[in-house]
Amino acid sequence: MTKEKVPARQDFDQLNRDWFIDKAVQVLVFLGGISAIVFIIGIFVFISREGLGFIFGDFSFTEFFGSPNWRPTSESNPTYGILALVAGTASVTGLAMLVAIPFSLGAAIYIAEFASGKKREFLKVTVELLAAIPSVVWGFIGLAIMNPIIIQTFNVPVGLNVLNAGVILGLMAAPIMTSIAEDALKAVPDRYREAAEAMGATRWQVIYKVVLPAAKNGLLGAVLLGVGRGFGETMAVLMATGHSINIPTSVFDSVRALTATIAAELGETAVGSPHYEALFTIGIFLFVITFIINLSADLIVRGVRKG
Amino acid sequence: MFEASSLNRKNLRNERLVKASLGLMTGLLILPVVLILSTLLYKGGPVISFEFLFASPTNGMTTGGIFPALLGTILLVLVALIASVPLGVAAAIYLSEYAPDNWFTRAINLAIINLAGVPSIVHALFGVGAFVIFFKFGTSILAASLTLAIMTLPVVIVATRESLQAVPQAFREACWNMGATRWQTIRRVVLPNAVTGILTGVILEVSRTSGETAPIMFTGAAFFLPLLPQGVLDQTMALSLHLFVVSTQVPDMPEELPYGVALVLISIVLIMNSLSIALRMYLRGRKKW
Amino acid sequence: MVAVVEPTAVNKLEVDRLTIRYGDHVALEDVSFEVRENEVFGIIGPANSGKTSFLKTINRMDMFDSNMSFEGAIRFNGVDVSRVRNVYGLRRRIGVVFPLPVGLPLSIYDNVALAPRLAGQKNRAELDILVERCLRRAALWDEVKDRLHSLGSMLSGGQQQRLTIARALSQEPELLMLDEFSIAVDPVTTMRIEDVLRELKKEITIILVTNLVQQARRLADRTAFFLEGRCLDVAPTEELFTGTVSDPRTRDYVEGRFG
Repeated sequence: MTKEKVPARQDFDQLNRDWFIDKAVQVLVFLGGISAIVFIIGIFVFISREGLGFIFGDFSFTEFFGSPNWRPTSESNPTYGILALVAGTASVTGLAMLVAIPFSLGAAIYIAEFASGKKREFLKVTVELLAAIPSVVWGFIGLAIMNPIIIQTFNVPVGLNVLNAGVILGLMAAPIMTSIAEDALKAVPDRYREAAEAMGATRWQVIYKVVLPAAKNGLLGAVLLGVGRGFGETMAVLMATGHSINIPTSVFDSVRALTATIAAELGETAVGSPHYEALFTIGIFLFVITFIINLSADLIVRGVRKG
Repeated sequence: MFEASSLNRKNLRNERLVKASLGLMTGLLILPVVLILSTLLYKGGPVISFEFLFASPTNGMTTGGIFPALLGTILLVLVALIASVPLGVAAAIYLSEYAPDNWFTRAINLAIINLAGVPSIVHALFGVGAFVIFFKFGTSILAASLTLAIMTLPVVIVATRESLQAVPQAFREACWNMGATRWQTIRRVVLPNAVTGILTGVILEVSRTSGETAPIMFTGAAFFLPLLPQGVLDQTMALSLHLFVVSTQVPDMPEELPYGVALVLISIVLIMNSLSIALRMYLRGRKKW
Repeated sequence: MVAVVEPTAVNKLEVDRLTIRYGDHVALEDVSFEVRENEVFGIIGPANSGKTSFLKTINRMDMFDSNMSFEGAIRFNGVDVSRVRNVYGLRRRIGVVFPLPVGLPLSIYDNVALAPRLAGQKNRAELDILVERCLRRAALWDEVKDRLHSLGSMLSGGQQQRLTIARALSQEPELLMLDEFSIAVDPVTTMRIEDVLRELKKEITIILVTNLVQQARRLADRTAFFLEGRCLDVAPTEELFTGTVSDPRTRDYVEGRFG
């Protein structure tokens, strides 16, 4: 800038290279943004595409959901009832939640409300690392370590059962549930705690009467996400549940989960066969269930952050 | 004068009890895993050696090494990264810098959460239906990597978006007021400050991708291949699948071998995750504003 | 309010029946006046009178607030700002200084060199000259000349405010808008910057929004008084203080009876 007047320019209104680049970037990132929606819809479309043949062919609603007889390879009378498989998934997930929920909640409360400074950092890091252990490693642990322990401790012939997979799944789901629950507890504003403490409540009373009720949405969300994880787990349950397709009557029964069934049998089906398509139909069922669980968890958790 | 009343003492005792039991619960959560990991180390440690890592399996995989599986995992991870990182960063930029606060954006966020929550076997089914069959890639590294990429896309998106949103809005407004376009502002001020966050996301994705088994089982990974893959349309072995194979599919497997494989796999995952945690802590110390 | 447009002077900015809304709330209603070239145009008035909203509309920063809308016209160099195709070009010609000091997380040098670089300037020697000139004018050069590569975002608040001014000057704008710039700056530096503004007005046009009535008296050629979303007076500054005013509230405000 010199000491002369800065000239008034009408020519500032030009569409230049920067303007075009900006618009191009806008389009590109938008495409990136909608990619998630495209992929989710794509997943549903492609698994439906392969499973549709079954749905409009041999599928019978009552048999599929009501019959425990999953015998797709029978030559005379193949049946496609998934009730036993659902029972397998449900029993393992149920036991896992029974194990995980109290411990996750306890750990979350401890980390959020009682631990501080370095101890807290250490615990959070540990929990995060635990959550990272891959499913197949957990399955291996169920096979190699839990299996003999169960056989010896309970004096049963087979250690690959609901108990094994349930405990393993519980240990898998717990770190994630702990993280989310801890976030929910931390989200409760300090002034709630301060108000209660000012009235003379002990720490535990503050937690029990004030923090937990305030965080209940987030905690519920954590549980739902744990359930979702349990439903969707594949390798760990494949390796730890044994291979019996039946409705379990005790935790020592071997079962088969929905996810494990697909993993175990898909490799042996012919593309386009009814068995193949039936497996894809199970996939559709799993997709829908976990979609609903995730949707509910998100709605519940977001309800907390908005309010 | 201010002696604790009996009620106070009872309360304090309760509190100590509660704190102790909660601490115990936390410990019980962590302890079994620590024990398990030590067992892995104890039984698998002796198996690990230079040959183990760099030789091929022999004798029906009961002896020898895991090199093809290790290589395969590296290839799968690399291709998955190439596919998912640009897309994930673009999506995160859109969500952080452009997306208005409306139902459509909420739908995108919901899709991301679901993408992360879909069971891994369903991802595998999708991979088969879409990449192996529809796009005719056949069972290949390409199909498996793309399946993995879609599955771990949320990891990159979330990590990148968080690091972008950590940049104060005041910086953007200052640039806009000067006539900078949105892209110029992102390129010169926002993105450079988000790079470490993006890196964290990438490392996390590597960790997740290396451990996944189901999505690659039917899309490109094979139990055993005599030759190393030559291109992306070939099948490959993979470390995670190899663990499944040696622990369930091979008769007469010596007991320690699967422990060794498990140890290698879990080491890779834990090292990657520790790296990302360390990176986050380093970031926190190095403030730029 | 009658718009007075002198046909012989060149108008940098023409405001024609401008109304600004945030949703249903009216921030500024039916405002009309002109800002002439090479003058310092002051805008005074209490908080929430619409002054900042007015500035935002001029360089179309309202586009980033989905809640904000306006009617009427603002013409910059005769061009209607709502019909501009390349809004970035518009913003480049207009420099703004808001009361919030912002040091970008770049080196001090890069902070001031950003605008010219965006405009295409690559020559290092010319950038050096420009950076020094702008930092001197912002009364910051002496304090930072030995550490131009240190982070602008780590300076003190007052230094960051001067850095903001330097950045605005680095655009070589035709119109410089300052919104209560002295809030974050100490009185001595305020005086130095006021001297700079007095010199600058020979080259550019300046809009000075200020809550310091005396500052307007010192610097502004003409001044507008905004109250609760309306422009009650536009007149040569001295007239607001000593002459006749259209609205008695103007005199009340100027004499400190409220604010």
